[in-house]
Amino acid sequence: MIAEIGHYAVVLAFMLSIAQGILPLIGAHRNDTALMGVAAPAACGQFMFVLIAFCALTYAYVVSDFSVALVAQTSHTLKPMLYKVSGVWGNHEGSMLLWILILALFGLMVARFGRNLPAGLRARVLGIQGLIGIGFLAFLLFTSNPFLRLDPAPFEGQGLNPLLQDPGLAFHPPFLYLGYVGFSMAFSFAVAALIEGRVDPAWARWVRPWTLVAWTALTIGIALGSWWAYYELGWGGWWFWDPVENASFLPWLVGTALLHSALVVERRDTLKSWTILLAIIAFGMSLLGTFLVRSGLLTSVHTFATDPERGVFILGLLIVVIGGSLVLYAIRAPMLKGGGLFAPVSREGALVLNNLLLATATAVVFLGTLYPLALDAIGGGKVSVGAPFFNATFVPLMVPLLIACPVGAMMAWKRGDLPGVVGRLKVAVGLALLVVLATVMIDGNTDIVAALAMGVAAWLVGGAAVDLAERTGLFRISLSDTLRRAANLPRSAWGTAIAHSALGIMVAGITASSSWQTERIQIVRPGDTVELAGYEVTFKGAGNVPGPNYTALRGTFELTANGRRVTMLYPEKRDYPAEKSSTTEAAIHTTPIADVYVVLGDSDGKGGWATRIYHNPLVPWIWAGAIFMAIGGMVSLSDRRLRVGAPKRAARKTPVAEAA
Amino acid sequence: MLRPLTLIPVAVFAVLAVVFAVYLWQVGPGGKDISKIPSAMINKPAPQFDLKPIANLPARLKIPGLKTADLKGGVSLVNVWASWCPPCRIEHPVLMNLAQQGVTIYGINYKDKPEDATRFLDQLGNPFKKVGVDNTGRTAIDWGVYGYPETFVVDASGHIRYRHVGQIYPHQLESLILPLLKQAAQPVTDSSKAGSAGAGGS
Repeated sequence: MIAEIGHYAVVLAFMLSIAQGILPLIGAHRNDTALMGVAAPAACGQFMFVLIAFCALTYAYVVSDFSVALVAQTSHTLKPMLYKVSGVWGNHEGSMLLWILILALFGLMVARFGRNLPAGLRARVLGIQGLIGIGFLAFLLFTSNPFLRLDPAPFEGQGLNPLLQDPGLAFHPPFLYLGYVGFSMAFSFAVAALIEGRVDPAWARWVRPWTLVAWTALTIGIALGSWWAYYELGWGGWWFWDPVENASFLPWLVGTALLHSALVVERRDTLKSWTILLAIIAFGMSLLGTFLVRSGLLTSVHTFATDPERGVFILGLLIVVIGGSLVLYAIRAPMLKGGGLFAPVSREGALVLNNLLLATATAVVFLGTLYPLALDAIGGGKVSVGAPFFNATFVPLMVPLLIACPVGAMMAWKRGDLPGVVGRLKVAVGLALLVVLATVMIDGNTDIVAALAMGVAAWLVGGAAVDLAERTGLFRISLSDTLRRAANLPRSAWGTAIAHSALGIMVAGITASSSWQTERIQIVRPGDTVELAGYEVTFKGAGNVPGPNYTALRGTFELTANGRRVTMLYPEKRDYPAEKSSTTEAAIHTTPIADVYVVLGDSDGKGGWATRIYHNPLVPWIWAGAIFMAIGGMVSLSDRRLRVGAPKRAARKTPVAEAA
Repeated sequence: MLRPLTLIPVAVFAVLAVVFAVYLWQVGPGGKDISKIPSAMINKPAPQFDLKPIANLPARLKIPGLKTADLKGGVSLVNVWASWCPPCRIEHPVLMNLAQQGVTIYGINYKDKPEDATRFLDQLGNPFKKVGVDNTGRTAIDWGVYGYPETFVVDASGHIRYRHVGQIYPHQLESLILPLLKQAAQPVTDSSKAGSAGAGGS
């Protein structure tokens, strides 16, 4: 009964989305307030019904209702509660429902908090959101119904892929979808602006918070995914340039460019056409990622049970949504008037450079991801494009971006003073040089590229600190004045400094972990000790340990430094009988400056065990960087300017930003 | 009102959409299996190599080394294996079964310790007529080996006719390996057909 209610709620939501997708757009065209007024209640109702459907499915998982086919295929009574719930989105149908729930949530937020938007713009934005909703709800209803019954119902489910039974991965999809779907807001605003033929600073101010929400969530989502890959796949790596990883990275890159270009629209009333295009592409990349993963064109751990029919449907959706909006763009974009030329040496000039580099990097990753697919499609045979390609192309593009970042952030709008900015950044330059020297001295092999990269990391952190110090007058005026200035500093300035220095932290983590990783692979017998990077790892033995829905082979290792015990490490190999597969659980000892990472391999049958032990310096900084980046986004989101009315169009408060 | 510059995005997207549609159509029902990895070596002569036998083999296991010339004169399987590779261990009974049916199987022992390899054959039996030791991994690279175990069907003229990545499952004996061996026994003129089966099963 509950499942039928869920199914029925999806049908009702679909009906409402049709109303929401058609009537307000007609209303906005005819300037008919009654028709435009349909948008907000329809969005609220759509959210309510999708929420009911989502709760119904969650209930089926929680009580292990195996008469629902999806639950029988992907759940099991013995699964811990957390994974019963996360199992809702651990499959194709349920994850589409989550996707739609988030889409409806964004619609609700525009309806609820967007009262100060001009009526026409609000109606159009909600109308376009409704159109997207029609597409995805139809996709769910006609190709991926999560509420199908199974008769007779089995006594036990088949279980969830054990790789997905993990706390990091339980929350990876919701954040990722919050990011993907969040870009639908920027997209809807962009298409609405194209229909109206008007983009102004107020528009940019409305779009920016939504983009920030999406970008922040996507940052967290990608970081969770990479963290999971790091500790679960057991290879000590954290990013593999896997096509599916790239599929989530592409919208992030475009979203980052969009965040920066929207600033130029807001402050200088120019770069409009480009910003609109970025908004369309950001959501386009999100849809593309969905298409690639769901259609079965890419195979990886992310691939759900695929069905070509679904691929055709999503491709159709992609063509209508992205193709349609790009045609609209081609027709309307020439009408958007730019705000005139501007000097290359200025904040806006620096932001254009940022956009050029990010756009090129996006193109490179896009090409590397899709080239093998395109080549195979035209019968050119199989190739694989791996890490070497991306390292050789992506990294060189990032170097100028990172070096220019602190300079650009301190440049004044309209006309910047490059020598002046560089002069004020001399402290950061000094810090960077110091770090390069220190790195060369510590690292005996003098890996000069790595040392320079560490210098770039220090430059980013130092640059952000100098920027804050300059703005607050640190060391120039009295401390109390500095504190007052710091308190009055716009939140967005804090957000920028935090996010940019987070980038530095991440660069340091990436550089150190890829340049100075130590790896020991050997067969150990109980009592054997392996030394690495100042630690001794002693193997104590291995034995079977039962888990809730698996049996684990657990190794016991003692980690000592200079003869003193630091901690015990328990890597596991888990065998999931219901799912007939196994996972490796690396044991990781994390310190602020390094990880010791132990993986238990196979037995040699004579009491010896294959083990891999890694020392990964600064690897926690990668995720610390991602977290700080997300914090920067959130701080920026709380900026007053995004909440208080925009100068031209709205006089009242703009609580759009509070939607976060 | 249209300007060429703003038409670029939609043009790029159109090309992309066509590529996706073509690929989706190819992958569609009964279409090609994209998880299959083709080998560049199909229908090419087996690479040149001359590998030593496993060192210090006891008298009960008299297995000579393997070189390219050995592959000529009859259809054979070349299996790349190692004692440290768990799927190789699981696959081994299948190879034993094939050897009992009279199939010639050659082994390339990949980056293994001689004593481990000897113990492996002692415990599980020896299906191999000859085994060459590839300690450097060079020969495996020449063969284009992707993962372990990996098995090649080589015809009487020493040409590679099929590659099987991963272990051979028992059910694949009748459905895949034996028919392939029969096919490889046909004259070389038929090789293009066998090759396409290996290259992607389209």
